[in-house]
Amino acid sequence: MKDDFAQAFKEEAREQLADLENSLLALEESPEDLGLVGRIFRTMHTIKGSGAMFGYDDIASFTHNVETVYDLVRGGELAVTRELVDLSLAARDRILAMLEASETGGAVDAGLNEQVIDGLKKLMPDGCRGEQRPAAGDDRQAGGRAEAGGRDKGGSALATYRIRFRPEPAMLCRGSNPLSLLRELQELGNCTTVAQTGAIKTLEELEPELCHFFWDLILTTDKGEDAIRDVFIFEDDCQLSLAVIDDGSGQDEGGGYKKLGEILVERGDLTAEQVAELLGARKQFGVLAVEAGILGPESLAPALLEQQHVSGARRQRQEQGQESASSIRVPAEKLDVLVNLVGELVTVQARLTLVAQEFKMHAELVNVAEEVERLIGELRDNALDIRMLPIGATFSKFKRLVRDLSAELGKEIELTTHGAETELDKTVIEKLNDPLVHIIRNCIDHGIETPQERLAGGKPRGGTVHLSAVHSGDSVLLTIKDDGAGLNREAIRAKAIERKLIAQHAELSDKEIWGMIFAPGFSTAAKVSSVSGRGVGMDVVKQAIDGLRGTIEVESAPGRGTAITLRIPLTLAIIESLLVQIGADRFVLPLSLVEECILLSREQIDRQHGRDLLQVRETIVPYLPLRRIFKMAGSPPELQQVVICRIQEKRIGFLVDWVIGGHQTVIKSLGPMYQRVEGVSGATILGDGSVALILDIQAILRGAELETDHSLGILSKDDMA
Amino acid sequence: MSETATAIATAASGVQQFLTFRLGEEIFAVEVAKVREILDVSTITKVPQTPDFMRGVINLRGGVVPVIDLRLKLGLTRTESTVNTCIIVQEILIGDETVVLGTLADSVQEVLDLEGLQIEAAPRIGTKLNTDFLKGMAKHNDGFLMVLDIDRIFAAGDFQSEPELQGDAA
Repeated sequence: MKDDFAQAFKEEAREQLADLENSLLALEESPEDLGLVGRIFRTMHTIKGSGAMFGYDDIASFTHNVETVYDLVRGGELAVTRELVDLSLAARDRILAMLEASETGGAVDAGLNEQVIDGLKKLMPDGCRGEQRPAAGDDRQAGGRAEAGGRDKGGSALATYRIRFRPEPAMLCRGSNPLSLLRELQELGNCTTVAQTGAIKTLEELEPELCHFFWDLILTTDKGEDAIRDVFIFEDDCQLSLAVIDDGSGQDEGGGYKKLGEILVERGDLTAEQVAELLGARKQFGVLAVEAGILGPESLAPALLEQQHVSGARRQRQEQGQESASSIRVPAEKLDVLVNLVGELVTVQARLTLVAQEFKMHAELVNVAEEVERLIGELRDNALDIRMLPIGATFSKFKRLVRDLSAELGKEIELTTHGAETELDKTVIEKLNDPLVHIIRNCIDHGIETPQERLAGGKPRGGTVHLSAVHSGDSVLLTIKDDGAGLNREAIRAKAIERKLIAQHAELSDKEIWGMIFAPGFSTAAKVSSVSGRGVGMDVVKQAIDGLRGTIEVESAPGRGTAITLRIPLTLAIIESLLVQIGADRFVLPLSLVEECILLSREQIDRQHGRDLLQVRETIVPYLPLRRIFKMAGSPPELQQVVICRIQEKRIGFLVDWVIGGHQTVIKSLGPMYQRVEGVSGATILGDGSVALILDIQAILRGAELETDHSLGILSKDDMA
Repeated sequence: MSETATAIATAASGVQQFLTFRLGEEIFAVEVAKVREILDVSTITKVPQTPDFMRGVINLRGGVVPVIDLRLKLGLTRTESTVNTCIIVQEILIGDETVVLGTLADSVQEVLDLEGLQIEAAPRIGTKLNTDFLKGMAKHNDGFLMVLDIDRIFAAGDFQSEPELQGDAA
C-alpha cells in the first residue's frame, strides 16, 4: 500500500515539476506577476509537504530552501531576476534528479544540490539567509497583513456567517429598501433567511411607514466578510451583527454541526445554565425551550435554520471533495488493451452487419445488428477519446529546450505556441516528441541566426520559433516555423550532388530540394556542433512521421525562415473510411479526404482521348486510374466511379470500379515486409474475413506526379536512383 | 512439437526435425521449430506494386500475415492453386525482428528426423536452383531433400517494392 502511495506521489511530483517549469518560464517573461510567484510558492510547498509525508526527506529539505526564497519574492523583498529563474530551474532539475534517483536507487550529486542552494542563498537579502528568518520588522508585518487581507478577498475558502440585520424603523421613509439588500446578500452565496415578524403590531397600532421586521441570515460565501459589510455600507443607522460560525477550514468537522442548544447559547438567545437545565428532559431541545417559555418561537426558527444550513454547507463541501477524486489515474496499458478490444469488436460487428444483411427477412436480427452497430460506434468513439490528450504538455517541454539551447548558442530565441489544447491520441503524442525535438533543435541551430547576423540582415535581434497545432479533418497539422535564414538551396543541392543523391545537372523543384534534407546522413552544417550537424536527424524525423502515417512538408524562403508542417493522423487505431472495389480486390480510402463520388462511363472516358480529366460541374479535375497504376489484370466495368479527394488544396480523382460505401477501418500493420511499399499504408479486415488494403492516396499522387515528370523528361531516371 | 522440446532433442542426439513439402518435382525441408501452422489457401489479397513472389496478405485470426510464393523466389514457375496447395506459416527473423509469414507449398509431405551429419552442402551446379538459399541437401528414401535456410531467403531485403516505384523516397 505504501508503495502505491509513493508511486502516486512520484507521479504527482512529476506533474508538479512540469507545472513548476512552466510557471518559471512564464515568470521570466513577466517578472511582475505575483500570481505566478504565488503559484510557484504553492507548488514548492506541495512538493515539500508531500515529499516529507512519503519519506523523501532530501527532497523536502531541499525544496524548503527554494520555498523560502519564493516566500521572500512573494513578500516583495526579492526581485525576480534572470538569475533567480535560472537557479530555480536548476533547483527544479535537482528535485527531478532526486526523484529519479529514489526510483533507481542511485545516488544524487549532493555537490550540485549545494551549489543551487548556495546560489539561492546569495540572492537572499542580508539577514534572511539563515534557515530561521529573524523576527520580522514592522514593514514585514504590514506586508504580511496585506497579504492575508488579499487572500481573504480573492481567497477561495468558503466560510459561513451569521448575520442579524435589524433595520432602523424609519429606513423605508428614506427610500431604502431592505429587500434589495437581502437580495444582494443572496447573490454572495448560499443564503438562508428568516424574517422576524415579532415586532409587528396589531393593525390598529401599525405604523405603515415604518419597518417592523428584522432578519436573521446564515450565509455561506467565499467572498469574505468585507463583501458582506459592503452590502450594508449605506445603512449606518441599522443594527448589523455579523459573526463567522464556520470558517471553512474543515477543522473539527464531523459532517454535522453544533447542537441546537449550543447555537442558541452562542446567539445569545439562551444562557448555558438554561440549556443545561432543559437538557435533563427528553423532548427535542428546541420544543422544550419554547414550552418552557424561556425562548420565543421566533428565536427558535433561525437557530434551527442555522443548524440545517451549516450542516448542508458542510455536506456539500464533502461531496465536492469527493468530486475532485472523480478523475482517476489508469495505467496506459489498460487503455491500450481497451482500444485493441474495441478494434476487434468493430471487426466482428462488420461481420454481424454482413450476416444480418443476408437474413434480411429476419427483422429482429436486423434490428439487433443495427443497435449493436450504433452502440459499438459510440463505444469506439469513447474509447478513443479516453486516450486523447492535449498536445500542450509536449509544447511546454519545448519552452525549456528552446531557452536552454538558445542560451548555449548565444542566440536570442523565443518560442511561441498556438493550439496547445489540440487533442491527439496519447500514443501519437509520445511518438511525436522525438521528431519535434529534432526539428526544433534544427531551427535553433541552423535556422535562426545570431543576434549580430540578424541585426545586419535588418531583422530584430531575437528570433522566434512558432509552434502551432490545428485540427484538419482526421489529422492534426503541426507547424514549426522559424524566422531565421531559411534553407540554403544551393548548399543543399551541392551536398546532394556530392552525396550522389541527384545528378550534376538535374533541375529540381523547390519541393524536391527541400525533400533532400530528409535523406539519411544529410547535413549541410559546415561544422558539427553539440546541438546538431551530425546528419542524424531529419531522416529520423521522416521515419518517425512515416511510422505515424503522417506527412511532412517544408517551405522555406531565403532570409525569411522555414516552416515545416507535419500532418499527423489523430489516432493510430481506427479511422472512418470509404470502401471501394477494383476487380476482386477491395481498398479503403480515408474518408476525411473524400469530397464526392462521381460516375464515369466508358463513353465519357473515350471523349477525353486518353487524357485522365473529368469535368465536375464547372471545374476540371484530373484523376488517377488506380487499376492502371496498380497494374491490375482484367478490364474495368462499363460504368466506373471516380472518388474525388482533396489533397493539399488540390482536387484529385481516383478511378475505381465501384464504391461500396462507408467503413469503419481498424488499422492493421502490414509488417516489415511491406514497409517500403508506396501507396499502401496498412490493411484492415473486412466483415467477410478478407483483407482490404488502406490506400495512402497522398503517396499515390506523389508517385504519379513524379512519373509524369519522368515522362516529360523533367527528371532523368538516374536522378532518382 | 514445441521449440524447447526440439532444442532438447537436438542437443541430445544432434537430430533435428524437419517438415518436408513439395514445390513442383522437388522436395524441400524446413525446421519444424520455425513452423507455426499449416493452412489451406484462402483469399490472398495482393498488395499493388510489389514483386510477383509476394503474393499478398491473408487474415490469420484477425492479424494480417504476408504470403510468399517460394517457387517464384527460388526461380521456379508461379504456384498454381490445387487441392493440395497450402500455406506454411512460419516465424522468420528479418533483421532483429521476428516476422510471421506464410509460404506457399504445392503439398505438405511429412515431419522427419534428420541428423546434422546427414545434411551435406549443396553443389553449386546441377540443382537448377538458387543454392544461396539452401542449408544443404540430404538423402532421403531414393531422392534428395533440399534443406532451406528460410531466414536467409528473407534476409536479403529484396522483398521491398521495385525501385522505380519508390518514388521520391529521398
